[in-house]
Amino acid sequence: MTAAKVAGKNGNRVTAMLLLPTTLWFLLLLVMPLVVILVFSLGERAPAGGYQAALTLEQYANLPARLKAFTNTLTLSPLGTLICMVIAYPLAYYLAIKAGRRAKALLLTLVIVPFWTSFLIRTYAWIYILGGRGIPRLLEMIGIEDLRLINTPTAVLIGIVYGYLPLMVFPIYVSLEKLDKGLLEASSDLGANPVRTFLQVTLPLSAPGLITGSLLVFILLMGEYLIPAILGGGKVFFVGNALVDLFLQSRNWPFGSAVAVALVVIMLVAIALYLSLAGRERGRQDVSII
Amino acid sequence: MSYKNNGDTPISAKKFMEELRRYQKGSVSRRHFLGVTGLGLATAAMAKAMPELAGIGKAHAAANIGDRVSIATWPNYYDPANYEAFTTATGADVQISVFGSNEEMLAKLQAGGTGWDVFVPTNYTISTYVELDLIQPLDLSRLANFDEKHYIKRFIEPGTVNGKVYAVPKNWGTTGFVLNRKKVKTDPTTWKAFWDLTKTDASGRVIVHDYQLTTIGNALKYFGYSFNSVDPKELADAEKLLLEAKPHLFAITSDYQPAMRANDAWMSIAWTGDGLQLHRDIPEIDYVLGKEGGELWSDFYAIPKEAPHVDAAYAFIDYLIDPKINAREVAAHGYPVPDNRTTALLPKEMTEDPIMYPAQELLDALEFGAAVTLTDPLRAEVMARFKAA
Repeated sequence: MTAAKVAGKNGNRVTAMLLLPTTLWFLLLLVMPLVVILVFSLGERAPAGGYQAALTLEQYANLPARLKAFTNTLTLSPLGTLICMVIAYPLAYYLAIKAGRRAKALLLTLVIVPFWTSFLIRTYAWIYILGGRGIPRLLEMIGIEDLRLINTPTAVLIGIVYGYLPLMVFPIYVSLEKLDKGLLEASSDLGANPVRTFLQVTLPLSAPGLITGSLLVFILLMGEYLIPAILGGGKVFFVGNALVDLFLQSRNWPFGSAVAVALVVIMLVAIALYLSLAGRERGRQDVSII
Repeated sequence: MSYKNNGDTPISAKKFMEELRRYQKGSVSRRHFLGVTGLGLATAAMAKAMPELAGIGKAHAAANIGDRVSIATWPNYYDPANYEAFTTATGADVQISVFGSNEEMLAKLQAGGTGWDVFVPTNYTISTYVELDLIQPLDLSRLANFDEKHYIKRFIEPGTVNGKVYAVPKNWGTTGFVLNRKKVKTDPTTWKAFWDLTKTDASGRVIVHDYQLTTIGNALKYFGYSFNSVDPKELADAEKLLLEAKPHLFAITSDYQPAMRANDAWMSIAWTGDGLQLHRDIPEIDYVLGKEGGELWSDFYAIPKEAPHVDAAYAFIDYLIDPKINAREVAAHGYPVPDNRTTALLPKEMTEDPIMYPAQELLDALEFGAAVTLTDPLRAEVMARFKAA
């Protein structure tokens, strides 16, 4: 047996040991709850609420009863992600490429500062801003009467963009920061105008940041509960709100589990689609991600 | 609680000083110290003999009840000053969780691990808690302030299940609606008018509870059905009304005071005390009972089966039902009590307040919630569908 082989074997053992906590974590906190939820979703609601063993697909058949929650989630999540992207990109671009050192430090701090206060409290503040004594009152002064913001999908969307914007800014910023500015010069030397340089050089090179950022925001949004609950007044329901309702009010654990499983499946499909589209796009432009 | 020294063998001065040093150094607990020296018992006995001496009260002030007591209750339903005074007197911090529906409380208790020591169930839920073994029978000897003969009978009865007392009354009240007279120009006096206004003049300005009993119950009243109906056909009618009304609602929430105060909402299903609190601060907000009827209720203090601090729970409940403290509670939140001793301490403007004590013919039309509504799967699903629609 050669020395290299021995080292390799030991290395494997060390690797395995280092991976052990992660594996246990994964099994205990991801696989096990998922199995429990799958089992529950095939059961029945106990007479006083909760779970009662059974083997039925009835809960899945009842899924259309929550169609609105799914369509709300599936429209407002991508829309929120898109708006975040559109707002975050110029900001990240400015931070990474245009801003001087001091402005950059200041602006980066400003992006981070909101995290110092609880998200719950910041979202509550929006109740006031969007409520009758906030923005609508200001708009009344310039003649726009009877505008209702709070407890509408718009309010939820505003809350979403407000809450999730930093999560989009940072990944884009990081990928633009790494961008070799020589490439921009080369592009311009070769006769491309700024728009063409942006579309053919900058944008493709920052694609990894865009993809990471949008996945991060989209995945979190699909499970969002707090913003619709607080800024939607119980009227703009996400799947997350339907779940809380099923477990904490109507105590229908099996149906709640079926809704949860459906959400996971939809999310996996959506992410797979998005990644394959994004991958094809990058392939077409023939630019390596790294 | 068992003391190591039961009082027959007095402690020597030397031993006392040793124990005091040990307690000062922190090597023994306060409980051990009070027990072994007999001080706990002495203070307790003294406090019992001379309540004024112990400040707020009875044995709970002297015995060591731990550093916290956790209560699950409803919005705007206590006087913070009373809770602070309890903490000052006993050293036990009061942790408060606020709920919007009995279903939510039940769901938390069913799931387990709530950490609550005291909770505030409504009349119709107690028998279900007993059935599900989630509540403990009360040892009335530990509630010195509780004396059945002072209470109004019909409000005390739901606390007793199968001959055992599981809960003692906190408050009673009604479920009606509040409306802002400056904004709503008509004069609705029925649930029918409430829902009709919701769909017309008050569109976008109405709140209903995030609570199946009252929201579905008062939708049932629109058709003249029982507040407690579980009949599928009647519930289908109620669901249809709710779905029609939904686009016209401002919100679905049981915490409706902020939106009423901000003029964002003009009408809301409401409980007695919220009606009184709003009317007290903003006179144009009135509290109305639907003529067709609706809910009459009584809330209770009870101890969950799994309560981690039972001593603290008893001390806290006994403190709160002390008529003097209870009268201060009522002065703050405006819900009447079924305890005549407390009512006797209330100012005249409260005992004559029509929000707290509605006219007899309005009261006669009201019903107690029925136990079946808490667990009926159809009512739960109608509410959930209405919210998710």
